[in-house]
Amino acid sequence: MKIDVDGQTAHVYTGGKPFDPSLPCVVFIHGALHDHSVWTLLARWCAHHGHGVLALDLPGHGQSAGPVLPSVEATADWLLALLAAAGVRQPGQVTLVGHSMGSLIGLEAAARQPALVGRLVMVGTACPMKVSEALLTTARDAPLKAIDMVNAFSISSLATKPGYPGPGMWLHGSNRALMRRSLAGPNATGCAVNLFHHDFSICDAYTGGLQAAAQVTARVTLALGQFDQMTPPRATRDLAAALKARVVTLPSGHSLPAEAPDELLTALRSALS
Amino acid sequence: MAGYTDPGFDTLALHAGATPDPTTGARATPIHLSTSFVFQSSEHAASLFNMERSGHVYSRISNPTTAVLEERIAALEGGAGAIATASGQAALHLAVATLAGAGHHIVASSALYGGSHNLLDYTLRRFGISTTFVPPGDVDAWRAAIRPETRLLFGETLGNPGLDVLDIPTISAIAHAANLPLLVDSTFTPPWLLKPFDHGADLVYHSATKFLSGHGTVVGGLLVDSGAFDWAASGRFPELSEAYDGFHGMVFSEESTVGAFLLRARREGLRDFGACMSPHTAWLVLQGIETLPLRMARHVENTRKVVDMLSRHAMVSRVGYPELESHPSHALAKRLLPRGCGAVFSFDLKGSRAQGVAFIEALKIFSHLANVGDCRSLVIHPASTTHFRMDDAALARAGIGPGTIRLSIGLEDADDLVDDLKRALKVAEKTA
Repeated sequence: MKIDVDGQTAHVYTGGKPFDPSLPCVVFIHGALHDHSVWTLLARWCAHHGHGVLALDLPGHGQSAGPVLPSVEATADWLLALLAAAGVRQPGQVTLVGHSMGSLIGLEAAARQPALVGRLVMVGTACPMKVSEALLTTARDAPLKAIDMVNAFSISSLATKPGYPGPGMWLHGSNRALMRRSLAGPNATGCAVNLFHHDFSICDAYTGGLQAAAQVTARVTLALGQFDQMTPPRATRDLAAALKARVVTLPSGHSLPAEAPDELLTALRSALS
Repeated sequence: MAGYTDPGFDTLALHAGATPDPTTGARATPIHLSTSFVFQSSEHAASLFNMERSGHVYSRISNPTTAVLEERIAALEGGAGAIATASGQAALHLAVATLAGAGHHIVASSALYGGSHNLLDYTLRRFGISTTFVPPGDVDAWRAAIRPETRLLFGETLGNPGLDVLDIPTISAIAHAANLPLLVDSTFTPPWLLKPFDHGADLVYHSATKFLSGHGTVVGGLLVDSGAFDWAASGRFPELSEAYDGFHGMVFSEESTVGAFLLRARREGLRDFGACMSPHTAWLVLQGIETLPLRMARHVENTRKVVDMLSRHAMVSRVGYPELESHPSHALAKRLLPRGCGAVFSFDLKGSRAQGVAFIEALKIFSHLANVGDCRSLVIHPASTTHFRMDDAALARAGIGPGTIRLSIGLEDADDLVDDLKRALKVAEKTA
């Protein structure tokens, strides 16, 4: 589905069913150099179990037009504008589900419109989400090498079962292909260097997480990867306390939506109940 | 942190896709000889069928043992995923049937395995898919043969029978300029020798019967997707970018940005045509792949010794191995195949068909049969077997002489192979 947001076309996956704004809405927000397709299993489940689903391609990512936005805060504003354009208005009926960079965008959006967002699920998150200088530099100077580094640190196993989005997929290879596709995407305008460096930079620069948490009234779940080396579970203690969040730890690395889709679905169903 | 990356080839050959079995602790991959898999509940069943969850339902579509093999070959090729099939021919058919239908067209190298040529030139034509064959080295011919209804460019990494090296970077660039994918048959060049995706190919398939399994014990195929081709942006593949009534109105390119082809191939091609791989076969191919790096190094080492002997032998008029400067693909081989040009090649024996037959019958270690890529050395004389109905003129048009011999070099002691060939050449000489 295409939605016009501030004169730019946003691409949104709706879970295999037409979007109905009268239903409780679940919004999926992807992480750095990803797109909506990291969420399709969860999105399909939600769409076929009584929810209106919006799995976004963020500006400049996937099939959404650019330019990319300069900060987590600006992207949160864009997200709220998209919800308004989609006719999502029922107070408390919106659940934001964000992965990694997307979790920060969800946090900031939940703080800006606490009446609208009833639930927030932050997947593979940390606050602050500092990115190592080595990774930032490599993302800037050698993004293909940085993709391989992120793969090595994000995926906890050489055998992720049952495979995402289905058996026979090699997660290291499919994640590399998706990131390379995003990096070369035609819509990634507005980046100072490249989309990878841009995404990591806005995560690194975002410092308002704990202040935002103080504004959040939504019921919050943190879904963390037991073996996550990108955003280790211990890096969420202050955030979890500030949000009074329920914390669930899943057998996964940082790529929870692909590594542990069944376990994440269980956590999401619990959050939605 | 800098420097960390995916594991190397030898590590992936042993570990990609497999972990100790969570139930039994078995370290080796178990063989799951089960047709179907129990649903946890009715809701679980429905969500599996509707692709709300990933998992196994029925072994024609997917199986835990077969999935390990699929992940492993995808890892070794540098791809996004793979599908195991009943044979290499089934893998080729699955690729074509996923991308093309009646009225569509393929541009293919003329230097193909006979079975592939038959499928394209005769069988698929009966189903409305036509093919234009072009000499693999004629770049202009590839470009000129593309039509609006073309859906695929296809060639073998090492063409049959002359081992023409496919110029993958150039042919893939031609394909991509026309918004088309390049499919290659990489059976003669397992990923230890060549990774076609690194050079621009979009889809790769193998007859796993050959070097991947490596022991001449199974028949199987593997189809691998790089995940790089943008099917939706191409505009030529509504099968992948528009709603499919045969699977809940699914738009495969929406479901998976990089796995759309494999989703459709599995959810339609395996489901409807049914040419799946047995879990037992998958296990045997896995056993082979675990030693692939060691075996390929030895295959190439032995082949070089045999090629060296034959290229200096008085009874041999030609040796067709791309590492030789005399081979038309020598320069391309140096660029694309630095680890070696595999272990299958042909040479021309001076003399008649009868001398060719005498040579074959004098061999003691080489087995006379119609296969390649075994750990044992193999030989065949096309003029008296696969092409015996052809007269000498027809053979010449096919690039085969009355004394052409094809060898597949195995893992025996190289000196024994050289001695066996020398002795048989002496017998052929005396038969004149």
